[in-house]
Amino acid sequence: MENRPLEYDYTVAKLFMLTTILTGIVGMLIGVILAFQLAFPEVNTILGSGLAEYTNFSRLRPLHTDAVIFGFTLSGVFATWYYVGQRVLKVSMAESGFLMFIGKLHFVLYIIGVAAVIFSLFAGVTTSKEYAEFEWPIDIAIVVVWVLWGISVFGLIGIRREKSLYISIWYYIATFLGIAMLYLFNNMEIPTMLAASPAGETGFGAWYHSVSMYAGTNDALVQWWYGHNAVAFGFTVPIVAMIYYFLPKESGQAIYSYKLSLLSFWGLMFVYLWAGGHHLIYSTVPDWMQTMGSVFSIVLILPSWGSAINMLLTMKGEWQQVAASPLIKFMVLGSTFYMFSTLEGPIQAIKSVNAIAHFTDWIVGHVHDGVLGWVGFMIMAALYHMAPRVFKREIYSKSLMATQFWIQTLGVVLYFTSMWIAGITQGMMWRAHDEFGNLAYSFIDTVTVLHPYYTIRGVGGLLYLVGFLMFAYNIYKTMTVGRKVEESELQNASPMGA
Amino acid sequence: MNIAELQAYGYFALTAILVLVLYGYIYHLYSKREDADGHDYEEYSNIALKDDVTDTPVSAISDDKEK
Ligand code: HEM
Repeated sequence: MENRPLEYDYTVAKLFMLTTILTGIVGMLIGVILAFQLAFPEVNTILGSGLAEYTNFSRLRPLHTDAVIFGFTLSGVFATWYYVGQRVLKVSMAESGFLMFIGKLHFVLYIIGVAAVIFSLFAGVTTSKEYAEFEWPIDIAIVVVWVLWGISVFGLIGIRREKSLYISIWYYIATFLGIAMLYLFNNMEIPTMLAASPAGETGFGAWYHSVSMYAGTNDALVQWWYGHNAVAFGFTVPIVAMIYYFLPKESGQAIYSYKLSLLSFWGLMFVYLWAGGHHLIYSTVPDWMQTMGSVFSIVLILPSWGSAINMLLTMKGEWQQVAASPLIKFMVLGSTFYMFSTLEGPIQAIKSVNAIAHFTDWIVGHVHDGVLGWVGFMIMAALYHMAPRVFKREIYSKSLMATQFWIQTLGVVLYFTSMWIAGITQGMMWRAHDEFGNLAYSFIDTVTVLHPYYTIRGVGGLLYLVGFLMFAYNIYKTMTVGRKVEESELQNASPMGA
Repeated sequence: MNIAELQAYGYFALTAILVLVLYGYIYHLYSKREDADGHDYEEYSNIALKDDVTDTPVSAISDDKEK
């Protein structure tokens, strides 16, 4: 055997970086199309009425959510796992042929799963449960992909040199366990071909169709326990895993308080699971569950801010780095947006506020200040930090990165401010009535009033997409023409070209 | 007592227990500087800062065997 020094092996990380960028472009492009459809309904039939089936809002909306959640975000989680995991456990994937094989298989099956999802959703095959639209054959494939990731995670932990598990690893493990539990329970379904009617007829529907095992209120409860915790274990927990690694590493600063990170971890695990009831306030679920959902949502501020403040304080005395490095800007603003949306969410969960906010665009605004400002920024920052290390090249352009930062920040601000105004206007108009209790406005009145705000949101989203394309270009150029760098330049701050 | 009431009491008891465990953990963390292995908790930040494959682990697995 050749006697080369041991190195980390980033083959699988690189593959997932690629899918993060591709699914990000597709998902956000569809998001922008949706935004313009809401402002200008003609966009629904942009490719002619013959193809309207494939271009209308309702067909595209689940494609957007699933592409950004299960494509962009999840790929980002996998890419960073295959990078961070090796480094903090101090073991290389090159040391285990088995784990290398599992990692590659994980990637290949993931791609097949993504293709099946895109194909089936375009074809209109769906279970109609939000973020759980996939029919049973795809669900089974997803479970296999998840199990393979689990083998990768625990396999690598099994052969580690570092005995203690760094805080990010705790968060990755929680992501794995949390999503596994949520996904299995929410997707319990029965293929319709196995069903029988009271009259004895059997074999309903196509072979791939299914119905949920739960019905009515129970179905809603399980669905939002899942839906909310998909936010917890998809958009929060793994992203916190990333920032706990990438911010200290890029800035060269130790975490402000490692103890606080442990404490916020358990706080988050304890509180998050009970908060899903806030999606069902004033619905048919028992009143105490709604109250529980509200109360736990408020308590959730504490562990969320625990992590976020820990990250901001990590930069204590080092704020000049924020000014100097666009990469650190992304993470610090990400952390700030995290604080912002974890304050906004609990406010929306208060019953009287929810009475105005529910079903309005304010919710959509809340979703996107979280996902664009926190999830998107953090994943892009992670990939920017990884790029020089996995490609052994300098980041192609610092000024391009800085420009991207400001364009996207403007995009996010336009997105959420327009949705705040739209949402609150909507909520107030829906409930306005005269002294006899007659509604003051009809639905179409609200649509007319909201038009300018929908347009502003579309423009904000477009700016974010433009920024994302700049990111993709910057990474592509880094990969192909960036100046080659030595290991010694890669200690902390990432090397960047002008 | 019907099943729904039992669930509600069970839920309350579980929450109370979890609260106690969580506060117990906070007390445990902040009443000491070092963990069971004798490492200052704050040292663990170095797992990320010194993460080259050739860096010495903060607490190496092989320490156990040598001890
Ligand atoms: C270019 C950026 C984006 C634009 C323009 C955009 C636009 C949209 C639009 C128009 C909707 C439908 C809102 C409605 O039904 O009224 C939506 C929903 C949603 N988007 Fe995005 N989006 C973008 C990026 C993202 C990203 C990066 C994520 C996650 C990582 C995301 C997650 C979601 C989710 C979870 C929903 C469902 C919200 C709900 O049901 O309340 N979006 N988006």
